Amino acid sequence: MMRSESRALQLNDDGQLKHFLTLDGLDKTILTEILDRADSFLTMGEQSVKKVPLLRGKTVVNLFFENSTRTRTTFELAAKRLSADVINLNIETSATSKGESLLDTLQNLQAMQSDMFVVRHSDSGAAHFIAEHCTPNVAIINAGDGRHAHPTQAMLDMLTIRRHKGQFEGLKVAIVGDILHSRVARSQLQALTTLGVDEVRLVGPKTLVPGFFSEMGAKICHDLEAGLKDVDVVVMLRLQKERMQGALLPSESEFYRLYGLTEESLSWAKPDAIVMHPGPINRGVEISSEVADGGHSVILNQVTNGIAVRMAVMSMAMSGQLQKAETDQGSEGEK
Amino acid sequence: MTLDLEPSLASMKQQLADYCQAKQIENAIVVGIHTGGVWVAEQLMSAAPTKDPLATLDITFYRDDFTKAGLNPKVNQTSLPAIEDRHVILVDDVLMSGRTIRAAMNEIFDFGRPASITLAILYDLGQHELPIAADIVGESLKLNPDQRVKLTGPKPLAVSVIETD
Repeated sequence: MMRSESRALQLNDDGQLKHFLTLDGLDKTILTEILDRADSFLTMGEQSVKKVPLLRGKTVVNLFFENSTRTRTTFELAAKRLSADVINLNIETSATSKGESLLDTLQNLQAMQSDMFVVRHSDSGAAHFIAEHCTPNVAIINAGDGRHAHPTQAMLDMLTIRRHKGQFEGLKVAIVGDILHSRVARSQLQALTTLGVDEVRLVGPKTLVPGFFSEMGAKICHDLEAGLKDVDVVVMLRLQKERMQGALLPSESEFYRLYGLTEESLSWAKPDAIVMHPGPINRGVEISSEVADGGHSVILNQVTNGIAVRMAVMSMAMSGQLQKAETDQGSEGEK
Repeated sequence: MTLDLEPSLASMKQQLADYCQAKQIENAIVVGIHTGGVWVAEQLMSAAPTKDPLATLDITFYRDDFTKAGLNPKVNQTSLPAIEDRHVILVDDVLMSGRTIRAAMNEIFDFGRPASITLAILYDLGQHELPIAADIVGESLKLNPDQRVKLTGPKPLAVSVIETD
């Protein structure tokens, strides 16, 4: 899908988010609005009632064609903290009749008068397909599709970086590991580039970090020391063994020896570098336990931030599906 | 149309001091509702029986018109201390329908159960749609349906009446 098509599908006439499918085509202003809104929701953790009535009366369907307990749980919690009613559906994918089964499922769910679908699918483009075919006023949130995109994961990573580093300008970020199979890495690269970091390095073996990623504005490194040298942020990716066909890796132990993040390899980064991982962690495969649990790790912050980012995206998309927001800039608004 | 702000603020300060004394309210928390309410609350701090800094409230997530009007693009920070069993002095610039105050009270109760809430309003427009009235009022105004009070600030704090059509 072209950037302009993606933008047209995701934004309403006023430039507000109505679906959240990919970061491709979204500009810095809207990404920053998502982060600002997520910051507002993070402070809700200080309330005794960690819930706001924003989506009260709305129905959110977590439509998971591919299993992911962690992502589904955070989306569910985010929707519930917005006071929405939430239904979780885990649906087996039928590869041969994808279009038919998706449409059938969609029509049934629309008949239940749902207001939002959170879609996870192993096929790239599934969320776009649903967004193109759903009825108006239903918001679609992509919770990960194939190798294509995982935009809420990327935005929670951006929130984590901003909260720890303050800004994006001047930062060097290394994304390490299985880039080839990672929708997270693709979305992260788009977000980091849009938000204006100095440099993004994609680090890993040639089989998992193909050269064409340089066309997306990243620097390719096949040597871990060169890749981590003086970076501010290290993002370790999970080895997606279930997605690998053929011998892309000699062995896990070999991968760990060459590309695993240990206290020694982390010392090549800046002294105040933060370490992130989208989870679930393969300890001793991508990252050592010492680093995963150490002082540089912000992995659990990512989980907390994930709920706030998903609340932000859900509320913005639902709002964008409704009529144009009042833009009271003074203090004479509805009182 | 212009309004004279200073006498209204002076009146509010006196009313607030008298009210708190009569009700024996001590060590209160002053909470301003973004944006105009925060500016007015800053002016009242010297007359309030409080040792705490000014607290602020953004009621965006608690508005009752989300499904009609969507989400306000600008959300300010809500910053409230522990309010359990504390006396809250809730301050806003304008009381019109009362819906903002309803939303503010809902949000306050999500932080805890205060001992009391006192409502202080700079301008009461007398168009209440809910059973909500202010305890302290700077000035009561009767405006035409197409008129609104607009406060600008915080420095200098100024007020005017604007036509909305």
